[in-house]
Amino acid sequence: MITFMNNSDSEEEPCNERTSLMSAESPPVPSYQDGLQASEAGEAQAHRKRRTGGSCNPNNITDGEAPGTGVPVRESTSENEEEELTLKYGAKHVIMLFVPVTLCMIVVVATIKSVRFYTEKNGQLIYTPFSEDTPSVGQRLLNSVLNTIIMISVIVVMTVFLVLLYKYRCYKFIHGWLILSSLMLLFLFTYIYLGEVLKTYNVAMDYPTLFLIIWNFGAVGMICIHWKGPLQLQQAYLIMISALMALVFIKYLPEWSAWVILGAISIYDLMAVLCPKGPLRMLVETAQERNEPIFPALIYSSAMIWTVGMAKPDTAPRGPSQQTWDAAEDGRENHRSPSHAASQMSETSPAPTRAITSLEELEEEERGVKLGLGDFIFYSVLVGKAAATASGDWNTTLACFVAILIGLCLTLLLLAVFKKALPALPISITFGLVFYFSTDNLVRPFMDTLASHQLYI
Amino acid sequence: AFFWLVSLLLASLIWFISVHLSDREDAKLQYGLLIFGAAVSVLLQEAFRFAYFKLLKKADEGLALISEDGRSPISLRQMAYVSGLSFGIISGVFSVINILVDSIGPGIVGIHGDSPYYFITSAFLTMALVLLHTFWGVIFFDACEKRRYWCLGLVVATHLLTSGLTFLNPWYEASLVPIFIITLCMGLWAFVTAGGSFRNILKCLSCKQEDDSRVMMYSALQVPLED
Repeated sequence: MITFMNNSDSEEEPCNERTSLMSAESPPVPSYQDGLQASEAGEAQAHRKRRTGGSCNPNNITDGEAPGTGVPVRESTSENEEEELTLKYGAKHVIMLFVPVTLCMIVVVATIKSVRFYTEKNGQLIYTPFSEDTPSVGQRLLNSVLNTIIMISVIVVMTVFLVLLYKYRCYKFIHGWLILSSLMLLFLFTYIYLGEVLKTYNVAMDYPTLFLIIWNFGAVGMICIHWKGPLQLQQAYLIMISALMALVFIKYLPEWSAWVILGAISIYDLMAVLCPKGPLRMLVETAQERNEPIFPALIYSSAMIWTVGMAKPDTAPRGPSQQTWDAAEDGRENHRSPSHAASQMSETSPAPTRAITSLEELEEEERGVKLGLGDFIFYSVLVGKAAATASGDWNTTLACFVAILIGLCLTLLLLAVFKKALPALPISITFGLVFYFSTDNLVRPFMDTLASHQLYI
Repeated sequence: AFFWLVSLLLASLIWFISVHLSDREDAKLQYGLLIFGAAVSVLLQEAFRFAYFKLLKKADEGLALISEDGRSPISLRQMAYVSGLSFGIISGVFSVINILVDSIGPGIVGIHGDSPYYFITSAFLTMALVLLHTFWGVIFFDACEKRRYWCLGLVVATHLLTSGLTFLNPWYEASLVPIFIITLCMGLWAFVTAGGSFRNILKCLSCKQEDDSRVMMYSALQVPLED
């Protein structure tokens, strides 16, 4: 389907798309004339790409279907109930998102701390051509800013390209790109990762076993991500590929460039999602016009709602639309040779909100909330970089972790308030960056001095 | 946890600035600044606990307004416990995680003449601190709720006292034992504040079925099943 969003971009670009928080619910239906109309409106709204997570869909639909006494009365009570349900489910959604984000970060931090490979400098990506090995601080800063500009412009170009492809319905192209990306991620990167982990722990493994393991892992992953599969397994695979991408970023982005890129990406995310002419927003609106689910791939969803008996014929079926946007494979440089491949890593863009048009049952079903995979990746990049480069070791990592989770909480709160697509990166990344630099430079000497005298505060 | 981290950040900022503005070489001055920094940090922690209380109170009112039966799903006591626990966890983790990581690596404890019991006493101290923060949270919130300001002052004073006792640290009898005594007292006080009594303990131990199912449901953040 709409793979181009994520696939055609470079890794950055899909990150942008991915960096939006999508709500799995449709916005509250304003009209409650009668049951049928309300449910149809609810369907249409469910198809709308909501970027913020939240769930009062069934609420809307059930409200609409209740035999109405008076329309205004029903509206006000339903609004109250909606709000209440929103807040109640809001808390649940926060927790539903905390777990995968935490898991992804744990995987990244564990790998960084144990496997040497991901902290060694072995060349740079083609997107960050300027090296940071310069003697003067000013030169280094300039290089990192230039790197950032190049990276962000690549992302912007890719996003715009993606939106254009989507507008002109080049679905096959996107589809193919997506599959290629996920193939690369699932097979090549897993192979490299497994190789490094085995090297670290000095475990010998013969090639036939390796082939068997990687083949099974990759094949099941492709099926789960692009077709149907158990929800938990799909979530696990999405977490794993996010972690792999984040590790690649941590390894190949030079120090200062990484921090500047993180900052710039969150600003870009803010603009792309909220500005009227932003590419991501246009994507959402186009998908809404066409009543299609946007980007089923590359969005982590915490719950699956099986649509039963869809009334509208053009509703995209759920299963095949589950495309994960994998970063367009870029021929990432092999860790053995610092050659730069120029393939595009397409990031899976945040999957559009699932069409939550479960009309019949599912009143109190799990409503999921969706978070783009790019968000996972950049959160993990921040925490991983904190783990890799901070001299204060674990304190800094923990502080960044708490900061990111609190940022995610706040974003979800805003989502519940505004009920439209919101970028998930800015608040969390800002908190994370502030906490990283302040903990590394201010808190660490303080805590170290206290600990050396065994003082507790 | 976030609030505790912010308070720690501000306290380190103050300490950092004061260290940089002062003479680095003077060891006594540095030690004095450290004591000052620790005291400031304790006061800031309590201030942020108070700020968190205010925030939770607002949220509580909001939740009560929109809920069906006019009560919020989480009672203020539960919030107090959770807040105290999270302060304690983040404080304990920050204090002890680097020590834990170092304890894995090769090394000999106390080779330069320090106490060889560093790790075990750190572990006990951290445990005491976590428990203390939890108890302080409960007492603090209850005191703010009922406007008993002397309780607040007592909580802050015991926090300062505990932190001060750790300054006696290689002399573990003088620091660990009083801290544990304080922990026990705070525990009893928090228990009484939260509504416990000897009779409650007996009832709990005799496994009588209480009509507490609704509390359980609310505390699990579940929407009660609507009919």
